[in-house]
Amino acid sequence: MSHLEVRNLSARLKRSGAPLLRDVSLSVEAGQAHGLVGESGAGKSMIGKAVLGILPRAVEITGGTIRLDGTDLLALPPAERRRRIGAGCALIPQDPLTALNPSRRIGGQITDRLVDILGWTPAAALARARALLDEVQIADPDRTLRAFPHELSGGQRQRALIAAAFAAEPKLIVADEPTTALDVTVQKQILRLIARMQAQHGTALLFVTHDLGVVSKVCTTLSVLYAGRVIEDTTVRAFFAGPHHPYAAALLAATPRCIAPDTSLLPVPEAVIAAVRAEVERGDG
Amino acid sequence: MAETAAARRPPVGLRLWLSGGWLTLLATAALLAPWIAPHNPLAQDLMLGRLPPVWMEGAEPGYWLGTDSLGRDVLSRLIHGARIALVVALVAGGLTALLGATLGLLAGYLRGRTDGVISRLVDIWMAFPPVLFSILLVAVIGPGLTAIVVAIVLIDWTRFARVVRAEAMAQGAMDYVASAQIAGRSRLSIMLAEILPNVLPTVVVLLTLEMGIAVIVEAILSFVNLSIPTDDPTWGGMIAEGRTSIHQAWWVLVFPLIALFLTVLAFSQLGEGLKDRYDPVLR
Repeated sequence: MSHLEVRNLSARLKRSGAPLLRDVSLSVEAGQAHGLVGESGAGKSMIGKAVLGILPRAVEITGGTIRLDGTDLLALPPAERRRRIGAGCALIPQDPLTALNPSRRIGGQITDRLVDILGWTPAAALARARALLDEVQIADPDRTLRAFPHELSGGQRQRALIAAAFAAEPKLIVADEPTTALDVTVQKQILRLIARMQAQHGTALLFVTHDLGVVSKVCTTLSVLYAGRVIEDTTVRAFFAGPHHPYAAALLAATPRCIAPDTSLLPVPEAVIAAVRAEVERGDG
Repeated sequence: MAETAAARRPPVGLRLWLSGGWLTLLATAALLAPWIAPHNPLAQDLMLGRLPPVWMEGAEPGYWLGTDSLGRDVLSRLIHGARIALVVALVAGGLTALLGATLGLLAGYLRGRTDGVISRLVDIWMAFPPVLFSILLVAVIGPGLTAIVVAIVLIDWTRFARVVRAEAMAQGAMDYVASAQIAGRSRLSIMLAEILPNVLPTVVVLLTLEMGIAVIVEAILSFVNLSIPTDDPTWGGMIAEGRTSIHQAWWVLVFPLIALFLTVLAFSQLGEGLKDRYDPVLR
């Protein structure tokens, strides 16, 4: 059984009624990494937020189910839903600069969940946090536990955030473009770290990104999103062997490659965009 | 680690030293007023009326800053006046910050309907002319220290509410708040443990400015004779009295003005200095 199963999820802006997600279905198996790809505004982050129960106020879910370990989160009363998400899910956020509270020490921010939800003693939680910082390869864990966020570099912060996400052994982690805000050399290390941690801890990972190269390194399955609709849902191997949908194929062709560095970058052809747009809107009717 | 953090902080600047020094001096004088004031601030002696400060001709030793037209010692009155000025600054400033920051925090973090109600209230409140409003309040409550404090709190809480609301909104959009939400923390806990510490530096800066404003408002109300009804000396009252004899005895007016000016300046500079030093975003 899939650990996370989203079925026919639809969401729209409350005020204008503009659709943001259209009949989205996807599933993430326990211990697997699933990529969620699409251009800006396609609704990738929105899916992650819906799963974690942190949709912006202006967005409402109009239909569908989000099953976590078999239980439909959307059918639960809010308090119970928050409890389940708190115990079973975590987020690796996009921007490590704003994802740590500037006025709290790193140690406390990693142990929050252990103390609040799992009822650990602060001392035990701190020992665990230290071990986690070791695991994410932070050079001086004791110093880092006592540091404030502004004393760490971007890469160190992202490592601390990864430690915090894995701290309470969640069954599902949503990573929302976790390397976009980092510079390229650090990106690679962080990606490797996430992939390794995910494999070792057997966590289901929903990996939101616009970068197909990143997906090929971390994920085993992926969904391609356009204008809030899933247009291709397949394994990474099948996708890179040859995507079915013309938009997905064009997106893949538009990805820069090292094999032919001199060729100019390919845009997604306008005809393909027009076709996929028409198709998505046809689906609404 | 703690040592390196302290080392990276900018040194205590001249600004903090000067403003802190003046306010400490003032607080000490206010606390010890009965013991350090050279004369009884209420004692009148018409034989000693309008004595100039000691460095001028015709001065009487022991009356450092001269006397007013009733022969009361200006320095002693200044020292006793500092008591009321500081009490008003602390109590009125503190209560204003408490009320305004609480409402601002609620509006900025909870958003939605709570924000709508509080923000409209602020808009309407700010449309009232403040001086008229305070005079009206004092007229209703009756003059006295309580009336002054209530007037200042009721007029100026909007200043805190506005700024803290904006700040809380900005903090509420940060990912660390989202993470706390995902972890299932209650809204109250997120507000107090995550957002409040980050808006506190702003509140402290506003608070120091507000203390300066409170001193001025008290002086204004004293000036129009709506402040303390007894003979207790206040800086505003001294300025009002000094105005009538400006040509014969300028010192009665000028010294309380200087004290007022320095105090208000010291409060605002203290706020700026503290912000530079402790704001987590700037540091």
